[in-house]
Amino acid sequence: MPENLFKIHKEEYMLPGNRACQACGLSLGYRYILKALRENTILTIPASCLTVLHGLYPTTSVSLPCLNTTFASTAASASGLVAALNVLNKPDTTVVAMAGDGGTYDIGIQALSGAAERGTDFIFICYDNEGYMNTGTQRSSATPMGALTTTTPIHTKQQHKKDMFKIMEAHDLPYVASISPAYPIDLYDKIVKAKRIKGTRYIQMTAPCPPGWGFAPRDMVKIARLAIETGMVVLFEIEDGKFRFTGRSKTLAERGNKLPVINYVERQKRFMKMSIEQLSQLQRWVDGKWQEYLKRAD
Amino acid sequence: MSHVEILTGNQAAAIGARLCRVQVVSAYPITPQTSLTESLSQSIESGELKAEYIRVESEHSALTVCISASSVGARAFTSTSSHGLLYMHEQLHWAAGSRLPIVMCCVNRSVGAPWSIFNDQQDAIAQRDTGWIQLYCRDNQEIVDTLIQAFRIAEQVYVPIMVCYDGFVLSHTNMPVEIPDADVVDAFLPPYKPRAILCPENPRNINPVIFPWRRPDAKGNLRDGYMELRYKLQAALDESRNIINEVSRAYAGTFGRDHGGLLWTYQADDAEVLFAAMGSIATEATTAVDTLRNQGLKAGVAGIRSYRPFPRAEVREALKGAHTVLVLEKDISYGYEGALCSDIKAALYGSDIRPSIHNIVAGLGGRDVKAREIVEAAQAALESISQGEREQTTWLNCRQGSWL
Amino acid sequence: MCEPAIGEAGKTGDWRDMRPVIDHGKCIPSVKKRAACYLCWLYCPDGVVKAGIPVEIDLTYCKGCGICAEECPAKAITMIPEGDAHEPC
Repeated sequence: MPENLFKIHKEEYMLPGNRACQACGLSLGYRYILKALRENTILTIPASCLTVLHGLYPTTSVSLPCLNTTFASTAASASGLVAALNVLNKPDTTVVAMAGDGGTYDIGIQALSGAAERGTDFIFICYDNEGYMNTGTQRSSATPMGALTTTTPIHTKQQHKKDMFKIMEAHDLPYVASISPAYPIDLYDKIVKAKRIKGTRYIQMTAPCPPGWGFAPRDMVKIARLAIETGMVVLFEIEDGKFRFTGRSKTLAERGNKLPVINYVERQKRFMKMSIEQLSQLQRWVDGKWQEYLKRAD
Repeated sequence: MSHVEILTGNQAAAIGARLCRVQVVSAYPITPQTSLTESLSQSIESGELKAEYIRVESEHSALTVCISASSVGARAFTSTSSHGLLYMHEQLHWAAGSRLPIVMCCVNRSVGAPWSIFNDQQDAIAQRDTGWIQLYCRDNQEIVDTLIQAFRIAEQVYVPIMVCYDGFVLSHTNMPVEIPDADVVDAFLPPYKPRAILCPENPRNINPVIFPWRRPDAKGNLRDGYMELRYKLQAALDESRNIINEVSRAYAGTFGRDHGGLLWTYQADDAEVLFAAMGSIATEATTAVDTLRNQGLKAGVAGIRSYRPFPRAEVREALKGAHTVLVLEKDISYGYEGALCSDIKAALYGSDIRPSIHNIVAGLGGRDVKAREIVEAAQAALESISQGEREQTTWLNCRQGSWL
Repeated sequence: MCEPAIGEAGKTGDWRDMRPVIDHGKCIPSVKKRAACYLCWLYCPDGVVKAGIPVEIDLTYCKGCGICAEECPAKAITMIPEGDAHEPC
């Protein structure tokens, strides 16, 4: 096993023969999230693609304890787990809430903000496939500008992607990070680090979705990499307010050779109705965020 | 040593929760429940009650916290009213379906639109199909006693329980309450032994997606489908009738107070005219009964303590001798009639008990219901029945007419 | 309530219309006769690649997404139509 892969915990907690789509970005990332978390973990998940991956009664594809909860309540469910574990003298068990962009940015945001504001000692992971994919690709506030979805089927999404990182940072969290299944080792390291930190840790994982975004399954990792190459996704961590690029994004920041977003959007059918104006707005939006991050990294 | 204090309903509830040694409390303030949550916060922060208090940002989250806390094995408690209860409606279904022994105080308050902070029972009654046991308290003593009983019942049948008491009428009025001795309560209510624990030692997926039909597990054993699980919940509520009665008797034996199990009666044995009611309005009805008896009418009260599970057998037994039943309630199932009235009629169907049944919808939005108004309503009902109206719905002390 | 097991969705290998075939003459661990590369193992979204010598793919559960073929630096993996398959991977 090549050295950098040696450290990855061998056990597979996400078992094969599960209900995730072929080439699911969530699926690839989840393998490493669970390897980093290991046994002394309790998961809580809302209605989402992840619920389906976890499987139908009476069998599950994940060999860690998991509590399913309703769509809006993921972070509140985690709050209850943490409270009970404290009262029962089991404070070392890691509580992890994991929701899609719907369960984080939209319907789940109230409970998430509440739990974060209270400094709840848990990890919240958002897997962001940029739409309500479990119900068939409807628009969410995480959908990028110019994308077609079943609820923006003609005009495309008119607004930019909501900046969930900024919202979570406003809660004074000890740890905020961005990860991608294209870089499993960076992902794994960040989860391992997060496990050791106390307080609310917010981690967002981009999760490319072949049927929802409109690209061939075999290109999933490539698309995930292109997102980073173009700055649509940035790999970073923010520890106690201190921003740091990581991995490939760090290299791009140092070398200044991020690619134009057209390289990313032209490979996905969801952007085929994007206007020139939207494309240039998207480029400006990406550049603006990139500049902000560059300033903070100094 | 037990001792008597003058307490509001909310204070009584807080003391009850403390005596039950609840471990996780999560609540959001709402009139008229607020002082209950404040009282519990005080107990917890002072160290008097060793529990975690999660100051959630909404009622939906409040019940969610109880659900996950209970899933891990903690005794969980919350309370709310009105819109708070409506906000957590989804989670009410979830808690019952999860078969968790959560206890919640519902401080009954009317619902909008438009806004009303005053008492009626629409909030809890509208939740009757969620699978929760609902117990209604007549006075502040019953609040403490019912709470203690509720945890014992819930932890036996694994069904969550709503302990209801009228907002302002009980929550904010002072009454003498005998507070049971903590050691005696501990003997009556042992620590919670959870049924299905969420733990790393034995990883399970709790409350996943389930299909309509039965499916085999990895070992080939045929397991339940959705319908079997729903049947089990219903069967648990059916079984809880016995448990509610048993626990009520056991409580009476230990603490000396019997609040009637599923149904209590007042002067019902020889009653020809019976009021059926729940909560504090039933106490008002007992005063009306005293007046009516003085006037020569053999009246009585059948007080419904357990609304769900509905005490069909006890209702038949209590009503069998009456020629008139007056269902006095603080709710309405729009498009039909008062919910309690429908349930009473349904309980009698199939038997030979066929009294005239008049529904008196009263006190909505906190409109005061005086004993003499109940007396007048009874007299008017009897007059109407003598004219042949065996069935009728009356809105007490309310201007009627157009629908816009 | 619900116990962990492989194959919760059945034999997901049945989902495939393309299957991966490894050319062990090109696959780096086979060529070098030691642990190396294993990017197919790294990027498999379902964890059905066994990082041994030789590399093996569990065709009972492989969904045929083709990521391993796409990511292999030695171009040792080809996706062939399921109908044409006649030997194990």
